[in-house]
Amino acid sequence: MNATQFDALLSAIESDGEVAHDGLLAGVDDDGYYIETPDEHREALSEGELHDAAAAASDHVTNWYYWERVIDAGDEAREAFLHWIERAGEHPVAERYDALADGVERTWGELSIRTTLGGDGLRTYDVTHVDDAQADPTTLDVHRDPLDARELFKTDDDGRYRPLRTAPTLPTGWAFPDIDGHDLVRLVDFTYPATVQNWQREREGRLDVTHWRETAERQTGIYDVLDELDADAVDWIAEACCDDSQCLRRREWEFDEGHELAADGGTGTFPCREPCSLVVAAARKWTTLEDETERTYQLDLTLSELRQLEEIVDAVAEGRTDEIREADVYDGANRYRARYLRAKRFDEEGQFDVTEIDRENE
Amino acid sequence: MQALVIVAHGSHLNPDSSTPTFDHADTIRETGAFDEVREAFWKEEPHFREVLRTVESDEVYVVPLFISEGYFTEQVIPRELRLDGWDVSEWDSEDGVSATHTSLEAGDVEKTIHYCGPVGTHDAMSDVIAERAESVTAGRDVDLSEDFGLAVVGHGTERNENSAKAIYYHADRIRERGRFDEVQAVFMDEDPEVDDVTDFFETEDIVVVPLFIADGFHTQEDIPEDMGLTDDYRTGYDIPSEVEGHRIWYSGAVGTEALMADVVLERAADAGAEVGDAVERVRERTRADRADTSAAGD
Repeated sequence: MNATQFDALLSAIESDGEVAHDGLLAGVDDDGYYIETPDEHREALSEGELHDAAAAASDHVTNWYYWERVIDAGDEAREAFLHWIERAGEHPVAERYDALADGVERTWGELSIRTTLGGDGLRTYDVTHVDDAQADPTTLDVHRDPLDARELFKTDDDGRYRPLRTAPTLPTGWAFPDIDGHDLVRLVDFTYPATVQNWQREREGRLDVTHWRETAERQTGIYDVLDELDADAVDWIAEACCDDSQCLRRREWEFDEGHELAADGGTGTFPCREPCSLVVAAARKWTTLEDETERTYQLDLTLSELRQLEEIVDAVAEGRTDEIREADVYDGANRYRARYLRAKRFDEEGQFDVTEIDRENE
Repeated sequence: MQALVIVAHGSHLNPDSSTPTFDHADTIRETGAFDEVREAFWKEEPHFREVLRTVESDEVYVVPLFISEGYFTEQVIPRELRLDGWDVSEWDSEDGVSATHTSLEAGDVEKTIHYCGPVGTHDAMSDVIAERAESVTAGRDVDLSEDFGLAVVGHGTERNENSAKAIYYHADRIRERGRFDEVQAVFMDEDPEVDDVTDFFETEDIVVVPLFIADGFHTQEDIPEDMGLTDDYRTGYDIPSEVEGHRIWYSGAVGTEALMADVVLERAADAGAEVGDAVERVRERTRADRADTSAAGD
């Protein structure tokens, strides 16, 4: 505890009569100052005695100072998030300070956030990709400004654009070391926008979920068609786009209030409260596609060729085409295998040579 | 506390679409005029739907980084921000180029939202177009006041009749100032077409400035090819390029010009934001940027 922190405590007692925070109680009454922590109660103190008692309860005083004078967040979400980051709700101050001395780690999406105690109770935060949490820090590119996250996280490790900020494709190889609490909150917001606020709303039981039907009906312009999609198609959309393998948010929206989707919502820390713009844009395409009538085609294939088509669809859907080795002709989605199938089964127009049957029954 | 939220289109496909938005936001952040500055997008994140909850301030100034008054600024943005009681008449812009601002409550936060007209129809935008012309010719030992024409390029009708109005509005204003010998509005989708740009000018030199927010498909591929600067955008083109006996100085999207930050600030200031001397400082800074560019070109 330094002099500034004690002076702040004194002036808080003078203006409010009493300070109560996280196991610390300090105030003034007719007998003089008093101070209480889970370990000790002192009363009828002079200012000098209060100073010594506060110094003896330094962890509690610096803890109060950090949250009330340094962070002093205007909105509850930021403070709640920083509390959660150091597991404040799970351990009393003394235990927490012991743990913070070694560093407390939490993950938020693919961010690994390590909180450590600096001088006089000030927290510092080190942020890396979860895959780099144990990496040699000198191998990582150091950034200081949270604004850097906007450009840094625009592309994945392969340089491909990430239109969905919560896709599990955060690039690696960077570090934001020794940033303060304000910058941590900003960094998280630039990395995963609005996730802290929505997570806090959910914790307080006031997450404003907008279900598919309402989102679809609100659309205009080229997205006006969205409300034509039925619940089955919306279920397939959720399975295709909102799975943990595609997005780190946990889907909380359903088809509508009384109609839950069968697809798994995922296990993410922070909720998804409404179909995002990518889902909306993709759903427009699926609305057009679902407008088509199913027909029956005859296409001659061997059983292995049928299985190969399934393997190709699966490889694309799982994003594993890049992993298939050049000469691994045992994998149906191997490039040579696909080219062979195309050479054998496509006609001059580059399409399957199919015959449509039963057309006359319409 | 007061926050500035810049709302822009963004893109699912083009990573550079958001870059001018970030740049202008950073310029304004550096002035310290707002306690918070945040960018929001229709196609990126934070989305319009969720941006208001990401700022702490009670007073939020929302400035659309859009060219014209129409579908996005009058329908999509107010709806997605949940601006209760929004009606386009609040902007008092019957001619489609005179939008002001209005103050409303939003449905999901307890804040006052000052919803401003788009940057594209603010008077200061004429200065940015002229500045863009200066930038593209900077350090090239030419004098814009001698035998130079200016073409302002718009998208054209599509689903918004106000789209063309903004182009004509600024072309008229710049013409009245007499800075350029000739000023002409041209379009991608309607007459007079950008394809025939050289037909509309007597001057040998023509600066062509597209009134677009970000560089992308239209400004980097369509317009250079339509004007005949190149047969294939991928091979690039010279500035200036010779076309039909004229020299064409093609600037790329006006929205990337640093001075755009000034228009954003002025929109917010017009709506009551306290910005101090930030407008002057942004103007000075963006002029200094051009001086640097110019020196680099020499």
